[in-house]
Amino acid sequence: MLILLLGIIFLHISALVLLFVSTTVSVWTTGTMGTSDLWLNCSTDSIHCDGASTGVWIQVVQALMILSIIFSFLSLLLFFCQLFTLPKGGRFIPTGIFQILASLFVMSGAIIYTLMHPDWVSDEYSFGYAYILAWVAFPLALISGLIYAVLRKRE
Amino acid sequence: MLRVLALASVVLLGIAPQASQAITVYTSWERHALVGSDIRLSCTFFSWRSISEDVSFTWRYRPDGSKDSISIAHFAGGEAYTDNKGVFKDRVEFVGNPKRRDGSILIKNLDFSDNGTFTCDAKNPPDIVGRPSSVRLLVFENLPIQAGVITGAIIGVVLGLLVLIVVIYYLMRFLVARRVFSLSVSKHGKKKKEGSQQRQGPAPPADPSKVKAAASEKKKQESRKDKK
Repeated sequence: MLILLLGIIFLHISALVLLFVSTTVSVWTTGTMGTSDLWLNCSTDSIHCDGASTGVWIQVVQALMILSIIFSFLSLLLFFCQLFTLPKGGRFIPTGIFQILASLFVMSGAIIYTLMHPDWVSDEYSFGYAYILAWVAFPLALISGLIYAVLRKRE
Repeated sequence: MLRVLALASVVLLGIAPQASQAITVYTSWERHALVGSDIRLSCTFFSWRSISEDVSFTWRYRPDGSKDSISIAHFAGGEAYTDNKGVFKDRVEFVGNPKRRDGSILIKNLDFSDNGTFTCDAKNPPDIVGRPSSVRLLVFENLPIQAGVITGAIIGVVLGLLVLIVVIYYLMRFLVARRVFSLSVSKHGKKKKEGSQQRQGPAPPADPSKVKAAASEKKKQESRKDKK
């Protein structure tokens, strides 16, 4: 029972950490000239940076990633809150809803970035590791949310 | 002791006005404008002295990438003089009110070549020591959206909706609980009336549906307690 609990918490926290790293590190695009998106364009030495392009779509991606972090964090808080207040046999529905919403936000953010990035990124650039982390965080958060929706409190 | 204080205050009063006799000039930091539009560049100053008759404003323009600056507007002795030979010929107008410390100029019909730094220097004799202040002009074809406006708007709307949904949910729960509460109060009231009237005569027929509802509610509460 305790192992299950620890496993679920570990999954949730790892999804949250991946989301956090993916959002804060500005490495959604890499190339020979440097890295860029979501927040800064940096040259290869990472010392000379200026702000990323201020288009509509990159701001939408920024907002969706921040919202996914917020919702995943709220879901973690709700989980601990419900762990102590839920009656026996109850389901962690609000926790699951928030975590699934967080995964949907990451998915929409990653999809919008994939479709719209040719507007401001030239062809010689390729996707960076922060972009890949976002795509990895999406199924982790989704599975975590579904587990919460199905889980029943026992002890 | 008193003598030391008096001496110190005299010295301070003597020093202070001279130290503060620097005029401070204020302009914006950066201005954005569209091609073909007009823009008003504001310049104001702060001076410990009152506005003199010889107050003067000087505007200089330095194009991007150049080291030299040219003078484009000058106000002195109550008269305004503007560029009549250079790039800003007939395009710049002095629209400030120097008596009210306003030395603004209006530049009409902007073009991409007007990108650069505009420096305002104000003098209020005898207050002439001061640093001029610069405003950077950026001319765009389309005004870009500021970074973070849409981001903040989306986050704010979604979080606001979340708070709204939570508030409405708890409000609904509270209202439903209140309705149940008021129902049970009326049932208690009726039972007391029935009890007192039984001594007098046959009890008036109680509302059967309400009695049944009360009975089922009691059964539900008992079963919930059993489950817990």
